[in-house]
Amino acid sequence: MSQFIQQLLNGLFLGSIYALIALGYTMVYGVLRFINFAHGDVFMLGAFTGLYLNKLMGPILAALPWPVAILIVLVLSMAICAALGILIEWLAYRPLRDKPRLNVLITAIGVSLLIEYTGQLVFGATQQPFPAIIPKVNVGGLGGLTVTMTQVIVSVTAVALMIGLRFIVMKTKMGMAMRALSLNPTASSLMGVNNSVVISFTFGLGSALAAAGGILYASLYPSIEPFMGILPGLKAFVAAVLGGIGNIPGAALGGLIIGVTETLVAGYSDVLGIPSGYRDGVAFVILILILLFKPSGLLGKVEREKV
Amino acid sequence: MPTLAAMFSPRSFASLTALAGALVISFTGCKKEGSNANADEIVIGEVAAMTGGTATFGTSSHAGTQMAIDEINAAGGLLGKKLKLITEDDQSKQGEAGTVAKKLISREKIVALLGEVASGRSLEMAPICQKAGIPMISPASTNPKVTETGDFIFRVCFIDPFQGTVMAKFAMSRGWKKVAILTDTKQDYSVGLAQFFKEYFAKNGGTITGEQSYGSGDKDFKAQLTAIKAGAPDAIFASGYYNETGLIAAQARELGITAPLLGGDGWDSPSLVEVAGKAIEGSFFSNHFSNEDQSPKIQEFVKKFQAKHGKTPDAMAALGYDSAMILADAMKRAGTTEGKALRDAIAATKDFDGITGKITLDEKRNANKSAVVLTIKDGKFSFVESLAP
Repeated sequence: MSQFIQQLLNGLFLGSIYALIALGYTMVYGVLRFINFAHGDVFMLGAFTGLYLNKLMGPILAALPWPVAILIVLVLSMAICAALGILIEWLAYRPLRDKPRLNVLITAIGVSLLIEYTGQLVFGATQQPFPAIIPKVNVGGLGGLTVTMTQVIVSVTAVALMIGLRFIVMKTKMGMAMRALSLNPTASSLMGVNNSVVISFTFGLGSALAAAGGILYASLYPSIEPFMGILPGLKAFVAAVLGGIGNIPGAALGGLIIGVTETLVAGYSDVLGIPSGYRDGVAFVILILILLFKPSGLLGKVEREKV
Repeated sequence: MPTLAAMFSPRSFASLTALAGALVISFTGCKKEGSNANADEIVIGEVAAMTGGTATFGTSSHAGTQMAIDEINAAGGLLGKKLKLITEDDQSKQGEAGTVAKKLISREKIVALLGEVASGRSLEMAPICQKAGIPMISPASTNPKVTETGDFIFRVCFIDPFQGTVMAKFAMSRGWKKVAILTDTKQDYSVGLAQFFKEYFAKNGGTITGEQSYGSGDKDFKAQLTAIKAGAPDAIFASGYYNETGLIAAQARELGITAPLLGGDGWDSPSLVEVAGKAIEGSFFSNHFSNEDQSPKIQEFVKKFQAKHGKTPDAMAALGYDSAMILADAMKRAGTTEGKALRDAIAATKDFDGITGKITLDEKRNANKSAVVLTIKDGKFSFVESLAP
């Protein structure tokens, strides 16, 4: 039993990061109706920004207590990646705004490859160890269960960011504009919403979340490389579709479900008869099943194409 | 049809010039390509993982190989010619190794191929070399299937049945009776090594408490490790490469697993310690050589390598060096670089005094050598014991 709970915890921690990345996918889809495939690469850039910030400000960070240090690294790289996200949108997607959606989708794949290979050129192709900003200690008092400080910080940060996002979308003017844009871009611009600003803001916000995800992921799995964003990015995409693409709580739920499912599959491979190496396949089997039986996702609304 | 005036307009003129330029370039290109085959150079190909998931293997083995080639050239070359090494990067990717090997053979007209470290990628290149009649020497692929491909395929390292047995014997000698196994199912090397370890260990009274697997590039091993922990093993045999092993060690310690990890030569990279930190201390792996070995030959190699690259050589560097030296030795004995004669000369290699030991190639084209067991102590690989075949 304790093994099962341990596996469940492992899955939830992994899932909370998928959830963070999935939020970015879902937000951009909600506002612009297209999948930003470069999102996973912004996640990678977030991790590398964290690494370089840590190298740059090493002595200063070491002098500070670690919660302050991680907060500084997190906030700074979120800001840098938000700027990068806005830049990407401005350079690659804005010129295509009135073009068919397929053009933007293919451009997104191009942007993704561009970032990955530029990353390989700039950062080098080998894995680099990510510095342990969060002390490596186990949280006690849980019986036979082991939970590390890193895992606790990761999930607390993830939940805090999700609540923050919910607040921005539901309670602020900008959030209202985002929702208006998502409902009907033409109408919202007629009502005085500056669509360009809202779209830039959405990209900035999504990229900031991806960057946070990148740093949290790198803290959990401290070996980073330019292609680290591909698989988590794809899984987060599946999570977003699973929860109902465009739906923010859905993306969070989808992320947790993917994380838990793949952990359980890997952990109970001998019972299930599926080799644990197939854990990645599970996420995509879920994607296929969802598309077959409930294309709108768990929390998504059925949308009819207007003819 | 453009008018005469239009043909001499600046724009057409520019495109004509560009066309002429392209023609000149393509002609010189042809000439250069042709000269590769018959100039006063012997062209040797090398395929190495210079980038990607096992990049330190490629960069190390390439550094060793290049050092050997440079030394031979400095001493006047071979058969009255200079050696030229053309290295291609396969990006640690399955599928890429075969492509670049084909390119080396058809475009660069190489006389022999050195490489790959990873067995999975050597297995891609081997049938291509066999078919083309180009001798191939792998510096460090330990999976038996590699040289079974055909009589043009050689290696200068020991093979996994031996390496797996060494680690199984080592575990027994330490009194570890219960061992869990963690395999990288995407790597032929890892699967083979684990299988040979298991065979010997189970036959001699050991118990396998659990078998788990993952795929190269995975980062999360908590699920597998939690399952392994439930079996309470004395040790964990993690037969994958260094990159994942570093993360496995770190996550095992986080989950409160204190059993040491055991592995093969795929661990041999400074990256292992960088990623795992303290978590990998006290674990053991088998390897081809130890740079702590005080024999003068090894120490001279270590010194030369350090002077050139500013770091101590690992086993991949030593094997890369040995593979090039054995090829050169065979060329000298054969007196030619023709495929079949060269193959026969390599096959006849006997008691070659290499950095990684005395190398004799057996009838299966494998090197028979002893292995060393290393442990990680204070972030360094230190010698524990040597086990003869």
